[in-house]
Amino acid sequence: MDKRLNVSSSPHIRHGATTQKIMLNVIIALLPATLAGIYFFGARAALLIFVTVLASVGFEYLSRLVLKRNNTIGDLSAVVTGLLLALNLPPTLPIWMAVVGAFFAIVIVKQLFGGLGYNFVNPALAARAFLLVSFGSDMSKWTEPINRITALAAEAVSGTTSGATSGATVDVSTYATPLSILKDGGEPPSLLDMFLGQTGGSVGEVCALAIIIGGLYLIIKGVISWHIPVIYTGTVALMAWVLAPEGMFTGYALYHVLAGGLLLGAFFMATDYTTSPMTKKGTVIYALGCGLLTIVFRLYTGMPEGVSYAILLMNVATPLIDRLTRPRRFGGATHV
Amino acid sequence: MIFGGFRGGVNPPSSKNTMELATVRMDVPSKVVIPMNQHIGAPCQALVKKGDNVKVGQVIGNAGSYVSAPIHSSVSGTVTSIDERIISASKPIVCVEIKPDGLQELSEEVKPPSIDSRESFLNAIKASGLTGLGGAGFPTHVKLNPPEEVVVDLLLINAAECEPYITSDYRECMENSSNIIEGINHVLKWTGIPKAIIGVEDNKPKAIKKLSEVASSYDNITVCSLKSRYPQGAEKMLIQTLTGREVPSGKLPHDVGCLVMNVTSVAFVAQYIKTGLPLIKRRITVDGSCVVTPKNVEVLIGTPLQEVFDFCGGLIMDPGKVIMGGPMMGIALYSEELPVMKHTNAILAFDEKEGLIPEEGPCIRCARCVNVCPVNLLPFDIDRLVKANRIEDLNDHHAMDCIECGACVYICPAKRMLLQSIRLAKDATRRALQK
Repeated sequence: MDKRLNVSSSPHIRHGATTQKIMLNVIIALLPATLAGIYFFGARAALLIFVTVLASVGFEYLSRLVLKRNNTIGDLSAVVTGLLLALNLPPTLPIWMAVVGAFFAIVIVKQLFGGLGYNFVNPALAARAFLLVSFGSDMSKWTEPINRITALAAEAVSGTTSGATSGATVDVSTYATPLSILKDGGEPPSLLDMFLGQTGGSVGEVCALAIIIGGLYLIIKGVISWHIPVIYTGTVALMAWVLAPEGMFTGYALYHVLAGGLLLGAFFMATDYTTSPMTKKGTVIYALGCGLLTIVFRLYTGMPEGVSYAILLMNVATPLIDRLTRPRRFGGATHV
Repeated sequence: MIFGGFRGGVNPPSSKNTMELATVRMDVPSKVVIPMNQHIGAPCQALVKKGDNVKVGQVIGNAGSYVSAPIHSSVSGTVTSIDERIISASKPIVCVEIKPDGLQELSEEVKPPSIDSRESFLNAIKASGLTGLGGAGFPTHVKLNPPEEVVVDLLLINAAECEPYITSDYRECMENSSNIIEGINHVLKWTGIPKAIIGVEDNKPKAIKKLSEVASSYDNITVCSLKSRYPQGAEKMLIQTLTGREVPSGKLPHDVGCLVMNVTSVAFVAQYIKTGLPLIKRRITVDGSCVVTPKNVEVLIGTPLQEVFDFCGGLIMDPGKVIMGGPMMGIALYSEELPVMKHTNAILAFDEKEGLIPEEGPCIRCARCVNVCPVNLLPFDIDRLVKANRIEDLNDHHAMDCIECGACVYICPAKRMLLQSIRLAKDATRRALQK
């Protein structure tokens, strides 16, 4: 017996999926929305994304070092958090504020509660909420996107490159998002513009097409199931139509789906493993709750947008949902 | 016929490399080590002592109680030692080591049993030493004799063989199909069960065809194709798929009118009734990345694994892990010197990389373990409570209902050893009950 054999509890084979691969898939799925954000908001958005991701990874590394725990930047979860946070910020937010946000997400919300898997709310969303109460005006200063779509159309007609596609200046003053226009009773942008991303908003939320492509990738790869995004957006669409301020059953269902952070939230934030329920039944309740709260915030409060708060509140309700939706064990009585 | 199958489950690569390799018989080994406990139930008392001469088929271990099965010598030769050894993760077991003389002289005890009643049938099965050959090792005569008050209306023959690598039951279907049908008829006749269903996973179409052909002349035997999904061959999952019946928690198949037998076990019944040769040999699949020539081998019980590996061309390199049984539910052994036992359906030698025990990461609450659990438990939560030593909070987590299929561990991206925690939870529950 010169060589010792490994012994362990069965099973002895494992599926290829790892936490790292799952995170990598989320990053890949976020690339279309990231690139769309850079496309519509220019180099400033790229800088914001880069710094936020870098700061998140840096804070992850440093906090683990200070807490004398193993280095976890390799699991890529800090990259995901940083990227999600950046995509939820206004394109021209001062860079240092984004760094503060990354600190709050990684150090306060994630690592101080025990690191990956132990945070009770989504770190990126919690950081966004934190920045919103801390730097209200900067966090709601929206930029007009570079005029890509009409420029492209013009280009197609004239056959020459117009100035707009090659780096037009970005107007930093104020620009209304579709939801704030809707709230103020104005004329919102066209559905096509919103679908393609030619509207105001956070870096990663404007281009519905890019978000849906990424979301479908996650579903196809088996990283998320369809339940949360479909039920969440479905609930918002239905309730927006039913509860329209102009009268029941007349609402802008599709506007509410395409506008604001709903799609980004439904595909990428509400589906966060750690802060969503463990059972299918619980997941349905959670997604319904996200949808209803989003509509309540959008229609009945002073805020134009409510996706972040809706998801954060349902994050907090997740342990309760889990407790109430315990599955019936095989061969067990019908009530647990 | 199919009732929608069971919930959850996983699809590991089937790796059934030895599927089309016909069984080859291995010669008498240089020694056999026969443990006196190869089944679920009371250990046997050794009936021989050092220096005794024994013959093939001679009873060398006496069933100590009702839930037990006698143990026979697989060789003729001389007993060289009787001592306690650690076989796998359990208490030391008395083992009889025999040096074969190579003559394989048959014991006078070996003769076909005369069966004329249910009682004589059950006695014959007990005398044959048969225990579940699918891996569980439950004494068959006990299984065939459910309490009087229950009505069993279905015999289910488990040929699902859902574990990766293993093809020994498949080879039984291909090479021994007439014995399977004959065995089923014996069991039906003497237990009074009206009909039988053979369940085979649909990744073995040839076996389904073969069995359907031989079963076609019997109205009361049907062959059913099952969707290939692990753990389809788990007793409770098989019953649910084939009948829609759900075995209540803590109860047995006969409580829902079913009797489940492994396909090789039922074929053995026919063979034993014809020849009277007790359970002294069996077919095992020898595979894994370290084995030079994977094979299906008929070996004598008690043969040291090392000699079986040598028969298969030896090992390419020092293995990282040696597994008795399949990769999902098999037991990792600490030595290649351990013997083949009655319930050994495969031995696998994994290389160093495959044998590595992955490092556990934190649970990310992805819910994969919850989604794949065929008995609807919350593996992540049991793991969390066990790791936090909160045993008293485990009560409503039903760890005892776990069938130990390992699907949760297989699927876990954080590589957590959930089943190990559940086993600890079971152990703690049993201890608490004993107090």
